[in-house]
Amino acid sequence: MQKTEHVQYNRAGQRVVSPDYLLFEAPREKQFMTGSEVVKEAVKRASVDASVSYPITPQSEAAHLIGELWVEGYVGVYFRGESEFGVMSEIAGCAMAGARSITTTSGPGTLRAMENFPMWAGSRLPIQLVLMARGVNSPLSIQPDNLEMSFLLDTGCMIWHAENAQELFDMILAGFVVAEQPDVHVPLITAIDGFFISHTREAVMLPPDDIALPPYNPYKSPMVPLDMEMAPGRFLRDPYVMKSNYISYAAHTSWQFEVRAAIERSRPYAKHYLRGLIEEFGDPEAEIVFVASGTAAAQAKEATLMLLHEEGVKARVVRLKTIRPFPTQELIEALRGAKYVFVPEFNVIGWLEREVRRALYGNLDVPVIGSPRVAGGMTMPPEFIVKEILQFLGKEVKHVV
Amino acid sequence: MSYKIFKINEDLKEFMPPEVIDLEEKATWGNPKRGVMDLPYAKELIEEHSLCAGCPESAAFRYILASLPNPEDTIIVNSTGCTSLVFPHIALHTVHSLFGNQNAVASGIKRVLEWRFPDKVKDVVVLAGDGATVDIGLDMTLQSFFRQEKITTICFDNEVYANTGGQESGMTVKGHVFKMAPKGKQWDKVPMWQIAIDSGCHYVVRMTVSSPKKVEKVIKQAIYVAREVGPTYIHLYTPCILEIGLNSDDGLEEMRRTDKERFKFFEYMTDEAKEVIQRKKEEGLL
Repeated sequence: MQKTEHVQYNRAGQRVVSPDYLLFEAPREKQFMTGSEVVKEAVKRASVDASVSYPITPQSEAAHLIGELWVEGYVGVYFRGESEFGVMSEIAGCAMAGARSITTTSGPGTLRAMENFPMWAGSRLPIQLVLMARGVNSPLSIQPDNLEMSFLLDTGCMIWHAENAQELFDMILAGFVVAEQPDVHVPLITAIDGFFISHTREAVMLPPDDIALPPYNPYKSPMVPLDMEMAPGRFLRDPYVMKSNYISYAAHTSWQFEVRAAIERSRPYAKHYLRGLIEEFGDPEAEIVFVASGTAAAQAKEATLMLLHEEGVKARVVRLKTIRPFPTQELIEALRGAKYVFVPEFNVIGWLEREVRRALYGNLDVPVIGSPRVAGGMTMPPEFIVKEILQFLGKEVKHVV
Repeated sequence: MSYKIFKINEDLKEFMPPEVIDLEEKATWGNPKRGVMDLPYAKELIEEHSLCAGCPESAAFRYILASLPNPEDTIIVNSTGCTSLVFPHIALHTVHSLFGNQNAVASGIKRVLEWRFPDKVKDVVVLAGDGATVDIGLDMTLQSFFRQEKITTICFDNEVYANTGGQESGMTVKGHVFKMAPKGKQWDKVPMWQIAIDSGCHYVVRMTVSSPKKVEKVIKQAIYVAREVGPTYIHLYTPCILEIGLNSDDGLEEMRRTDKERFKFFEYMTDEAKEVIQRKKEEGLL
């Protein structure tokens, strides 16, 4: 007997397909697009219910394009809020009311919105924030710089860092699926390095736009959606702050542990949908290893090729796709045999270097060098990375950057 | 959905506390004509409260919850302060997220509920203090008015930051000495009701809660107008008897006194609001 396939459509009229089909099996076509444009393409295929926007460079265009999807009927609710603090509260309201929700911000906007992120996590809202990182004031800067990511590390949100537009597209789709798992159900920050990804055009492979992710089911949430369709939950009726006693403090503590535990539980899902939490590039025997994420990883890959072909120096890259959860075990495994670990970064403090040191401490004895590091809009050409390595090795530097 | 969400599984009933069973059996559900006159007979949607004895805000809470025309489909958004101490005691969906962002959260909730339930009426009501509404959250309060969000905003004005120990607020009367204003407040009380009118609210009232039936009428009108037209704003004087040095039984007298002066009943409505109120009167709902 032949099995009858039940075809489902979302509210935009797109055929609902499984996340695995959408991400791995559907035929893909090549397009030439900016990072902002691929945000639109991802949201278009994600059965998104709500988005709230606010202008700030460099994320504005992505936010405009989500607005166009609203006009076209692909997004249910869309409006411009009054500030990033307002926007992150409004999108929280959308998620509380049971919507699959996405928003975007950058740099100073992230900092203005800051109070909201732990609130999202504590309220177990699987909101997706596309973060197009830029410098923070002062002095005023609108240039690429991912310092803001360090402030987000302990907000209770998952953080993924995309290397290019293609990965941003795939991460946005995979992000909803992972963040909305009932045993995860925490916010996800999908970060890219602003301008480098948002404003440059590259080849991306996209599945057809008449298929989309299954719609979000708010009744699978570990928290009751605020729609008066279910009996009020204990969290709503009895917030722990209201009683000053040991039990309330213990309950609040365990709630915070639980948010972190939820991030940990995202590992197997992220591993599946991102095809691993890390990517290894280059000669696996190389003793010089770059540990990097985002655009810095892309630059390190180029530098690796230059080192090999022009200098005969073997190097490799371990690229981290997820920052929260931090791929500690994967990193330790990948760094066995490494003689020197370089952490190239686009920020002044070297937050990834700190993270790497913490992961390796007591586990693997290898020198970690927080270099090269640029900030405030400076670029990191591969020649610059090559120069650092050659100088470190005491070799002659032929290039002048 | 309906008040059926408060129905208790028969097999579990013997384990449920009596106040939860009362919610199913004795609360007024599915009756838009419910009101403060039910208070002595029906189960209230607020289970005790954790405010000071004789606090006028607690009376305001009880009147408002007794007056909601559609409690089975009403979501309440609150903010930090004395009000946030009460929300755990309310039997409806309530949310506290941050201090001052209540109208932003309410905007998101209302818009998504309209999108998810196009054939149902879901009322969203904001209940917050004067610090939350007028000081730290003024931006978000006004922006929700500008955007014409279909929500009702109720401000409990006690003219002070009471929960943090009695500091001056924007709603404190000029000259009054509170903490952080040791020489007395240097500037005038913010005329929030007037700002609400200028910002696009369709129904605005300033009053005390000395008269429960009057509160009921105003709350119902505000919710009906918000449902159909746009933002509505109710400014209630709920004096902090603790911070102005009154006894537990003095709250009512304080409100009656101010009824005749700075909290004299004031009501504003646009033509669209008038039309809704008139229609609801004809339907016998007001």
